[in-house]
Amino acid sequence: MSITVYVPCDSSAVSLGANRVADAIAQEAQKRGIEINVVRNGSRGMYWLEPMVEVATDKGRVAYGAVKTSDVASLFDADFLNGGVHALNLGLTEEIPYLKKQQRLTFARVGITDPVSVEDYVAHDGYRGLKNALSYSQADIVKHVTDSGLRGRGGAAFPTGIKWNTVLNTPSEQKYIICNADEGDSGTFSDRMIMEGDPLVLIEGMTIAGIAVGATQGYIYLRIEYPHALEILNAAIANAYAANYLGENIQGSSKTFHLEVRQGAGAYVCGEETALMESLEGKRGLVRFKPPLPAISGLFGKPTVVNNVISLASVPVILDKGGEFYRDFGMGRSRGTLPLQLAGNLKHAGLVELAFGATLREVLYDFGGGSATGKPIRAVQVGGPLGSYLPESQFDTPLDYEAFAAIWAVLGHGGIVAFDETVDLAQMAKYSMEFCVEESCGKCTPCRIGSTRGYEVMDEIVAKRDLDKNIPLLRSLCDTMLNGSLCAMGGMTPYPVLSALNHFPEDFQGR
Amino acid sequence: MSKTIVIDGKVIPFEDGQTIIQAATAAGVYIPHLCHNPKFTPHGSCKLCTVKVNGRNCSACTFPAAKGQTITNITKELNDDREKITQMLFVEGNHFCPSCEKTGNCNLQAVAYHLGMTDNHFPHFFENREVDASHPDVMIDHNRCIFCTLCVRASQQEDGKNVFAISGRGIEKRLVVNSPSGLLKDSDLDVNDCAAHICPTGAILIKRTGYKVPIGQRIFDHAHIDTVALAAEGASHDE
Ligand SMILES: NC(=O)c1ccc[n+]([C@@H]2O[C@H](COP(=O)([O-])OP(=O)(O)OC[C@H]3O[C@@H](n4cnc5c(N)ncnc54)[C@H](O)[C@@H]3O)[C@@H](O)[C@H]2O)c1
Ligand SMILES: Cc1cc2nc3c(=O)[nH]c(=O)nc-3n(C[C@H](O)[C@H](O)[C@H](O)COP(=O)(O)O)c2cc1C
Ligand code: SF4
Ligand code: SF4
Ligand code: FES
Ligand code: FES
Repeated sequence: MSITVYVPCDSSAVSLGANRVADAIAQEAQKRGIEINVVRNGSRGMYWLEPMVEVATDKGRVAYGAVKTSDVASLFDADFLNGGVHALNLGLTEEIPYLKKQQRLTFARVGITDPVSVEDYVAHDGYRGLKNALSYSQADIVKHVTDSGLRGRGGAAFPTGIKWNTVLNTPSEQKYIICNADEGDSGTFSDRMIMEGDPLVLIEGMTIAGIAVGATQGYIYLRIEYPHALEILNAAIANAYAANYLGENIQGSSKTFHLEVRQGAGAYVCGEETALMESLEGKRGLVRFKPPLPAISGLFGKPTVVNNVISLASVPVILDKGGEFYRDFGMGRSRGTLPLQLAGNLKHAGLVELAFGATLREVLYDFGGGSATGKPIRAVQVGGPLGSYLPESQFDTPLDYEAFAAIWAVLGHGGIVAFDETVDLAQMAKYSMEFCVEESCGKCTPCRIGSTRGYEVMDEIVAKRDLDKNIPLLRSLCDTMLNGSLCAMGGMTPYPVLSALNHFPEDFQGR
Repeated sequence: MSKTIVIDGKVIPFEDGQTIIQAATAAGVYIPHLCHNPKFTPHGSCKLCTVKVNGRNCSACTFPAAKGQTITNITKELNDDREKITQMLFVEGNHFCPSCEKTGNCNLQAVAYHLGMTDNHFPHFFENREVDASHPDVMIDHNRCIFCTLCVRASQQEDGKNVFAISGRGIEKRLVVNSPSGLLKDSDLDVNDCAAHICPTGAILIKRTGYKVPIGQRIFDHAHIDTVALAAEGASHDE
C-alpha cells in the first residue's frame, strides 16, 4: 500500500518552494524504491510553516514544516513516511494549536482534500448542501440563507438572504450569478485560498445560488493576478461538469447551471460590483450609479446575484447543516464565522477562521504571535486599504460588524495588517491617498480630484510644511470625499486617512 | 397627486419612474446640478446634485423618487460640499473666466456664483490641455472640460452619432473625439448637432459667434441659475 504525502499547490506555498519540495520528495522516494502517492492539497493557512508537508498515518496526518528541498533526504532518513521524529516534525496537523483553536466551517476541507477531485470532495461531505437544496423549494433555500444570518463577506456585510430574495422575486427569463473573485484588498488572500484549496465548495455554493434564484448561468470574475487559481478552478469546473454537478439536468434534477471563469484586467475598482459588471460586459470599468441595484438590473440589465467568494463558499455548509447551525456561531448581528487573514508585521501570518466575537487582541497575539520583529504592535489596519487604522487602545474591540462601525472602522473582507512602532502613520495616510489616485475610476468629482489633491496635501504634511493650513485642508477634502463620492473607493479612502490622523496625531505634527 | 416626497419641508408630487431631480424641477424646486440634463439619460458623475434622502447622501439626478422620502436640499452642509465640488472642478481644469467666451453663459460659473464661491480653496492643477480648432465651425478647448459627458450623450442620444467619448482612468481621464486622427475635423460633427451646443462650460464653442451677445447682456448677467434652469428644464408651476 502506498503512503500518501501532501504538498500544497497553494500559490503562497509554491512561492516558498512547494513545487520543488514535491519534486524532491517524489525523486527521493523513487531513488529509495518506495511507492508514494503525492497529493497537491490546499494550504492549511499557516504560512510561516509553508511548504508544510503532511503524511497520512494511522493516527492521522503528521505535519512537517517548513520543508526545504535540502531537508528531504533527512526526512526520509527519519522515516517521516511513518510520522518519524525529525526537527521539522510538527506533530498531528489537527493538533497544531493555531489550527485546533479555529472554527473552520467555510474552510473545513481546505488542505484536507485534493482540490479538483469531485470524489474526494464528496467523500468529505461535499455536495450535501446541494442535495438538500434540490429537495427544497426556491423560497426555502433562500430562507435557510436568510436564517443563517450570513452577510456579504466582500466587505459591505449586506444580508445575503435578502439579496437572493430580491433576485428570486424579480421576474426575468434570464438571471445571473456572479462570484466576485477580484480580491483587490491588500493583505487578503482568503478568496484565493478557497479557489486554490477547495474550489468545489465555491462551485457548489454558486450552483445552489443559481437554483435558489432561478439563474442558469454563473460567472467567476477572477483577478488576473491569480493564474494558479484560474488553472485549479477550470480543472474543478471541468470535473464538476463531467460528474454532472454542473450543466444540464444536474444529478437528474432537471435543473441547469452553467459556470465559467472570466478574468479581470487588474483594476482595483473592478471589484466594485457595478464596475465589475461593466467589465464583464466588455466595457470600461466605470462605476454605475445605484439604484438600480444589481439584484434588479445587473449584468446585461438582468437580475443578478453578485457575491464574494467567501459568501458563496459559506452556502454549502448552511444548506447541509441548516441555517440555525450556522447562526449559532457569532455575536450580535454578526453570525457565523469570518475567515481572517493575518498579514503584515506578525510572527504567524495566515488564515484564521473564527466565529465573530473574538477580540482583535486575541487574534493578534494568540494566533498572530505578536509582531515578527518583536517590537510592540502600534497600529493595525483592518478591512483592506479602505479600512481604518486602529491604535492599541482599540485592540479589545470584538470582531463584529457593529462594534467596528461604532469606532468608525470596518471589518470588511477580514484582512488584518499589523505594523510595529516603526510605522509612520502620516506616510500610511499619504499612501492611502496615492492608492485612491491610482485606482479611482475617475467618474465622480470628489474621488478623482479629491484624491489627487489629497495626495499632494499629504506630501506637504509628511514634509511638515504649513501644517496649520494643510491639516484643515486635508479634513475638508476628506469630508467632500466621504459625502460626495459615487462609490466606496472615494467614499472610504478617508477611513484610513482620518483614522491615522485622529489616532496618531503625533505622526502628523511638526518636528 | 397621491404620491409625494418632501424636499426641505415642501410636499412635492412625483410619478413612478421619476428621479428626485425630475420631480423637484417639475415642482419648481432647484437642485444644483451640472452633468444632469433632462433630455438625456443620467450620468451621475459631477455629484453636485447630492441631497440627503432620509439621512443618506444620494445623487438627485439618478435616485428614483419614492414614497416616504424626506429630503434635504438647500442646507449649509450640502451647499458647503457642493461649493467644494465646484472648487475641485475649477482647479482641475483651467478656467480663466474673464478671458473666456462663455463667461456669463456658463453653467459652471453660474453655479459657482449661486453657491457663493469666492475662491478656489484648493491648489490649482495647471494642467497642460489642448485646444482642437481643426473643425471649420466648432472648437474644443479641453482646458474647460469638466467631463460631464453631455456632449457624449447628446451625440449618441440626440444626433444619432458617436462623436465624443471619455478615455483614460482616474485623474488621467480625457474627452476624446472618435475620429481616425482624433481631431474634430475628421469626425462627422455638424455645427447644427445638439452635441455642439450642449456644453455647460466653455469647452465646446461655435466659431464666429464669439461675443455676438455682449458681456452684460448674457444669460446669467440678469438671472440666477436656479430660475434659468427651472425655466429651461420644464418647471410646470406658475408662481
Ligand atoms: N474584498 C475586497 O477586496 C474589497 C475591496 C474594496 C472594498 N471592499 C468592500 O466593499 C464595500 C463596499 O461595497 P459596495 O459599494 O458594493 O457596498 P453596498 O453597501 O453598496 O452594497 C453591498 C451589497 O449589497 C447589495 N444591496 C444593497 N442594498 C440592497 C437591497 N436593498 N437589496 C438587495 N441587495 C442590496 C449591493 O448590491 C451589494 O451587492 C466596502 O465596505 C469595502 O469593505 C472589498
Ligand atoms: C472599490 C471597491 C472594490 C471592491 N472590491 C471587491 C472585491 O475585490 N471583492 C469583493 O468581493 N467585493 C469587492 N467590493 C464590494 C462589492 O462591490 C460588493 O459589495 C460585493 O461583491 C458583494 O458581495 P457580498 O455581498 O457577498 O459581499 C468592492 C467595492 C468597492 C467599492
Ligand atoms: S468655462 Fe465657464 S467657468 Fe470656465 S473659464 Fe469659461 S466662463 Fe469660466
Ligand atoms: S466638452 Fe463640455 S459637454 Fe463635453 S464633457 Fe466636457 S464639459 Fe461636458
Ligand atoms: S471616481 Fe469612481 S468612485 Fe469616484
Ligand atoms: S447632476 Fe447629479 S451627479 Fe451631476
